Amino acid sequence: MMASFAPFLRRPEAASIISLIGIVAFYVIIGGVDLVTLFGAASWINFAANLGIVAIPVGILMIGGQIDISIGAMIPAGSMTVAIVSGHFGLPIEVGILATLSLGAIVGLVNGLLTVRTTVPSLIVTLGTLVVMQGVVLAGANLLTGAASVKIEAPAWAKAAFGSLIGSSHQVIILWWLVAVVVFAFVIHKTRFGNWVFAMGGDLVSARNAGVPTARLTIMLFMLSAMSAAFVGMCGAIQFNSAQVSGGMGYIFNTIVSIVVGGVLLTGGFGSVVGIFIGTLTFAIVSQGIYFTQIDRNWSSLIIGVTLLLAVAMNESFRKFALRAGPRQATGRR
Amino acid sequence: MSANAPILALRGVNKSFGPIDVLHDINLEVRAGEVLCLLGDNGAGKSTLIRILSGVHQPTSGTIEMDGQSVGFPTPRAAADKGIATVHQFGGTFPLMSIGRSFFVGVEPTKGWGPFKTYDRKKANEIAVKAVQDFGITRIDDGDRLVGGLSGGERQSLAIARAVHFGARVLILDEPTAALGVKQAAHVLRIVNEAKRRGLAVIFITHQVMHAMAVGDHFAVLIRGAVAADFKKGEKTREQITDLMAGGETMADLEATIEGYMASHDGHPPPPSH
Repeated sequence: MMASFAPFLRRPEAASIISLIGIVAFYVIIGGVDLVTLFGAASWINFAANLGIVAIPVGILMIGGQIDISIGAMIPAGSMTVAIVSGHFGLPIEVGILATLSLGAIVGLVNGLLTVRTTVPSLIVTLGTLVVMQGVVLAGANLLTGAASVKIEAPAWAKAAFGSLIGSSHQVIILWWLVAVVVFAFVIHKTRFGNWVFAMGGDLVSARNAGVPTARLTIMLFMLSAMSAAFVGMCGAIQFNSAQVSGGMGYIFNTIVSIVVGGVLLTGGFGSVVGIFIGTLTFAIVSQGIYFTQIDRNWSSLIIGVTLLLAVAMNESFRKFALRAGPRQATGRR
Repeated sequence: MSANAPILALRGVNKSFGPIDVLHDINLEVRAGEVLCLLGDNGAGKSTLIRILSGVHQPTSGTIEMDGQSVGFPTPRAAADKGIATVHQFGGTFPLMSIGRSFFVGVEPTKGWGPFKTYDRKKANEIAVKAVQDFGITRIDDGDRLVGGLSGGERQSLAIARAVHFGARVLILDEPTAALGVKQAAHVLRIVNEAKRRGLAVIFITHQVMHAMAVGDHFAVLIRGAVAADFKKGEKTREQITDLMAGGETMADLEATIEGYMASHDGHPPPPSH
């Protein structure tokens, strides 16, 4: 019987699936949640989609052995950029979108270059760019518009693509998230490029010696995460017709928790896109699903913390299990 | 065997890091189908020598020759491209990757077309498992197993099989048996012999005289960054080699001699005894 579970437990996302089931069961049994209401609700899915679009590239970056916390500033930077360019200055929305993604690409490029050219850990590099970008957004918004909040009216097509509601309450960004999950799962697990990311996170020097273009790959991954964060910010601005200079800082810890619950090894070399997806769902249900329970919502941080610790403990033991050789070990020869 | 020309040779190689001289006038040669055992205590300069051979460090002076041509290895990649493969003590890297995936890092086989070109897991696993089994490690039969789940000897074997599969001509084995038990070490030694039989030049770095004598054709003892002795199989007994390497009177004598010689010869070590 154990044998049929064994291949599942060796997968990076095993612990996240168990966490997800566990947390839903906990809310149902202890919190008295009605499952139909929970799964029909948009609030936590919208939350998960916004978080998930950032968590996937950051998680992939983490599999590759780096981390990016500057996303916390890139989200408001993205929404302010599109709002200033297309709202305040009234340029076409295409220019605003292009400017937003370009800003993401530039910040990602800076993060990547600083990481590969120096020996400074990427946590510190991106802490630097996080603070720098906060300053740029605050001062830039004040300089250009004289306000901390900028309005934007996007044309119908842009509204539909980035900031509309499906049905009455589900944000269209959910679809972007699902597409990102499928595309990145394919790229990471089915292509050479994906194999390089795992190799780089497992052992940077050996990967480089084996011919993996580690510097280029690292820079690309940083650009991807900064652009994704800017994209989420942009969608928010288009959705709500305005952008604020603040916000986004919560994303830093939320993405890291989602990624780690999703089974990605913090030091790199192990993880999966499906795991990050499920980790994000778990995090969203823990933090937003609590509103559907009879549990006092002040407990939600405690539940998140306990979930994180349990998931990490499970990840650790499943990883050890995966490392132990398969059933063939027990042949007793030699 | 010894009649053919050396594949790789060091000619008068010196290496200093700032004011510290680490290697002095190193002359070494290794030929196809020959195992050169590099013996020496900790701090004798073995690691630095390996790093020069594998392109991590550049010699301060002297030349590296391949097939009689002077070459430089500006990067580890350049050395690897010329067919020099280095396998480190723990044999491998990427403990959390599968055997098939780690075997093909950087040169993954693909199937499909255009943007939908996918990593060919089946092919990678088949080739990797076959390559290791050809070296006699029949216990590795599942390419999906994680490298970290293999024993130390199996990991070494996998790394050597990988190097041979990708066309290495010179195999540098850095203390491959140091962390292994007796059976595992015997396994690795068999694989070294197999690599030699296939015509590779092997540079085998070790502390263990028994292991060196089991596979070596040619021996060089490094002391304080200089080649203190350079001899062929059968020219010295195990006791003599152990003495040379592991201290004792002979070692002390040698060191005193070398230091005396270097003091009176402008910092150059004496020519190795044969």
